[in-house]
Amino acid sequence: MNYLSLILFTPLAGALILLFVNKQNENAIRWIANVVAFVGFAISVPLWFWVSPQTPGYQLVERLPWIPSVGADYFLGVDGFSTLLILLTTMMGFIAILSSWTAITERVKEYYIFLLILQTGMLGAFMALDFLLFFLFWEVMLVPMYFLIGIWGSANRLYSAIKFFLYTLVGSVVMLLGILAVYFQTPATATSPHSFDVTLMQQMNLPVDLQWWVFLAFFLGFAIKVPMFPFHTWLPDAHTDAPTAGSVILAAVLLKMGTYGFIRFSLPILPDATRTFVPFIVLLSIIGIVYGALVALAQKDWKRLVAYSSVSHMAMVMLGMFALNPVGITGSIVQQLNHGISTGALFLLVGVVYERRHTREISEYGGLSKVMPVYAAVFLVMTMSSIGLPALNGFIGEFLILQGVFVASKLWAAFAASGVVLGAAYMLYLYQRTMFGKIENVKNERLLDLSVREFATFAPLLVLAVWIGLYPKPILDRLQTPVARVITRVSPQYAQGAAADAPAARPPVAAVSPQAAEPR
Amino acid sequence: MPATLPVTLSDFYYILPELVLTAGSLLILIADVLLPRGSRKLLWVTVAVLVATLVSLLPFRGVNIEIAQGLIAVDAFAFFFKVVFLLAALLTVLMSARYLEIEGASPGEYYFLVVCATLGMMIMAGGVDLITSFIGLETMAVSFYILAGFIKPNQRSNEAAVKYFLLGAFSLGILLYGMSILYGLSGSTNMRVMARAFAGQERNLLLVLAVILVVAGMAFKIAAVPFHMWAPDVYEGAPTPITAFLSVGSKAASFAMLLRIFMVAVPSMNADWRVLFEVLAIVTMTVGNLAALTQTNLKRMLAYSSIAHAGYLLIGVVAYTPRGISAMLIYLLIYTFMQIGAFAIVIMMRRRDVVGDDLKDLSGLHFRHPFAAFAMLLFMLSLGGIPPTAGFMGKFWLFSAAIEAGYVWLAVIGVLNSAISLYYYIRIVVFMYLKKETTGSEPTTSPALAFTLAVAVIATIALGVYPRLLFEAAERSARSLTIGGTSAAIR
Repeated sequence: MNYLSLILFTPLAGALILLFVNKQNENAIRWIANVVAFVGFAISVPLWFWVSPQTPGYQLVERLPWIPSVGADYFLGVDGFSTLLILLTTMMGFIAILSSWTAITERVKEYYIFLLILQTGMLGAFMALDFLLFFLFWEVMLVPMYFLIGIWGSANRLYSAIKFFLYTLVGSVVMLLGILAVYFQTPATATSPHSFDVTLMQQMNLPVDLQWWVFLAFFLGFAIKVPMFPFHTWLPDAHTDAPTAGSVILAAVLLKMGTYGFIRFSLPILPDATRTFVPFIVLLSIIGIVYGALVALAQKDWKRLVAYSSVSHMAMVMLGMFALNPVGITGSIVQQLNHGISTGALFLLVGVVYERRHTREISEYGGLSKVMPVYAAVFLVMTMSSIGLPALNGFIGEFLILQGVFVASKLWAAFAASGVVLGAAYMLYLYQRTMFGKIENVKNERLLDLSVREFATFAPLLVLAVWIGLYPKPILDRLQTPVARVITRVSPQYAQGAAADAPAARPPVAAVSPQAAEPR
Repeated sequence: MPATLPVTLSDFYYILPELVLTAGSLLILIADVLLPRGSRKLLWVTVAVLVATLVSLLPFRGVNIEIAQGLIAVDAFAFFFKVVFLLAALLTVLMSARYLEIEGASPGEYYFLVVCATLGMMIMAGGVDLITSFIGLETMAVSFYILAGFIKPNQRSNEAAVKYFLLGAFSLGILLYGMSILYGLSGSTNMRVMARAFAGQERNLLLVLAVILVVAGMAFKIAAVPFHMWAPDVYEGAPTPITAFLSVGSKAASFAMLLRIFMVAVPSMNADWRVLFEVLAIVTMTVGNLAALTQTNLKRMLAYSSIAHAGYLLIGVVAYTPRGISAMLIYLLIYTFMQIGAFAIVIMMRRRDVVGDDLKDLSGLHFRHPFAAFAMLLFMLSLGGIPPTAGFMGKFWLFSAAIEAGYVWLAVIGVLNSAISLYYYIRIVVFMYLKKETTGSEPTTSPALAFTLAVAVIATIALGVYPRLLFEAAERSARSLTIGGTSAAIR
């Protein structure tokens, strides 16, 4: 069964097909790219059904020898956690490509090729269970993203692109050394003295002082990607200058690489160091939450505002994760999906008006709800989702995170809650400035509302936002065993109860009546 | 030593490839006289000679013996390097033809000298006696002195040749002096005998001095900082294909000789020379990369980048483990393809009126010649060590050797350096893909040059995605260096 490989290489195959299409034939290129991306999404949907929530361990595993003498395999496998991120990736990939139809008018062919290569890189990183293979896919993402920002970006694109590239690169090469340090601790396999098998590493008990160093190395790689304060400075630049689709992919999927890395690698492979570093990470997360929100509040640039809101939201994700209890980690994962959905949508929304007006200055807008009512409605839903209004997805994630953090420390929870409040402030302030009031700028009077294609890019996100908000149980069910596995490693004290008492058992109730899920 | 003839008839069988190459070099000279002037057939004669040598090498795959009473070794280690040299020579020759026509240089002596240099390299790789190694080194070096100045009307080329010759002669003196002390202390020039003699000896000042001198002499050959001063000028001035060959073949051969000397002859002094090489490695990669950052001339930039790569390679020597050696072998083969590929692009930009080696000449290359731009992109990413290109596999394995041997800081400096290096590699990409003004010349190509490029591109991708066979071959070769004699002292 090579189902995962099929999902993984469909976008790459699409990119190869595009290579042979005449670059003048732009509409054909657009059609092919959209069809490939849609097929890529469609064939990934069965994952939802085929990955069983009950089965512990990795599923749909594929394993072929790659470099046997080194102990590296072509080793793919998924669990509930990566399944959700893969589905998010294929969906956002399709949406990003669909959203580019009219936005990208020059060098169309290369644009779609880069997007599709990027897609394969991201999928591979979420599927790989061999650390070397993971690193390969992780790095493959850099180059297409660099080009997406550098070629199709706005004013400061060259600077932003190289900044993104070098920042991420420094983090990942240091991470590579961490990977190697773990590698040399692995036992011999049949063909090699050591192995890059992640499932093996997740069961090892490394010496504590080695864990400490490796944790720092991994931290640099993952924290830059998340991005955590103070490594976040590449993000506002990259987001601001990237084309819409680039921002969407960056926010919705690429940032998740960092948090995925923490949960998949740092926590289970380095449990002792993880516990040691909790105060440090929590401090950075809290700073990130508050700082990101405050800076977002002061932004004049629409896209930059959303970018800083990302910093704040992702810090919240990190905080939930480092509560190191089942509820917190579950919430952290759910919030990763939510962030992908709502921030992805927010960037799409900026893209829509940017395509019409070619400016991102918030002061250029105002009163748009009069000329673009559908747009304003979609924006409203996504704003509410980002704020964490009950009945929408953001609420579930933030609630679970707060719950988990509250168990760990009431002080942390207070800071986290302040992030939620500030989040409401900057988002509502943005909404008010752009959507309400009179139209004062003449140029805004004739703005067209969402086209059918544009609305199609938002439709799945709206559905998901409401669905997760009202009935998150299927998602929480899928997270139960992956979270339990991480918890067994990192917080064994929760492990016994985890199976019976996991948040997954209750959340449908929790979603409607918060008191039912009060911290134990 | 008994005064018997040191060579038996059967020894000649084992140096068959070298004999084929020697005969071939003479054939080229004869063909040059017989063929009409300006005939392209000479290129194919040279290619045939190199291919014939490669074929005659094949029976020796897996052979592990020392012949002529320990003058020369025919082992997997030498085999691996000989393949690298012959591949490098082949690719160099293939991309030379058009260049020579443009420069109006006579191809006969050129091809002859390239083949001679290759012969020298092969002897260096096999030499397990200081005399043999030195003869190989001289054969190679003298050929390169002439080749560097081959474009006679070009002042730069002349300057390069003189610089290279003077500094080269000076460094050979230093190397010889170190070797003579080694001989004086051990009573033999044979590396294995030497190792046995030093094994019991106490560490003494004279031995340390000899090691320092040999390190300095070899450091010049691999262009390690602070013995790198010649490299940028020579690389810039020499004919571009020769620059490529120099930076690949000469470097690989020097590393082969370096490994032989230090791993086989003086392993007992490893504590001393590892420190020296550690310092050299750090300084070399850092200075090489920092200097490359500011270059606007492509050949100079590639020269500094090549210096930095010598620094990465030295990590394998410092590690002093089978993994370190195999990582060096892997890296050298991969480096051959990506470096020659990059120079092939520079050659493509060369036209009668345009030198084409300025960074600006690449401006907007993507719009003029998408394939050339893509190939260059690939080589730059590979030199920078970004997967899925081959360069990543090489670097990754070198750094892993450092970590395994406990040189974590060396690995950290190495990876940070490779991050720095990407800045200037990406700058080339920026010019090719992100600048629209197409001021540079139209890239021109010939079938042979296109073939070279295609080989380099395919190898750079294939070895990055599926390096299994290369890894296995390199491990076999590294093992053959460390078995036998006292070099078993290596962990």
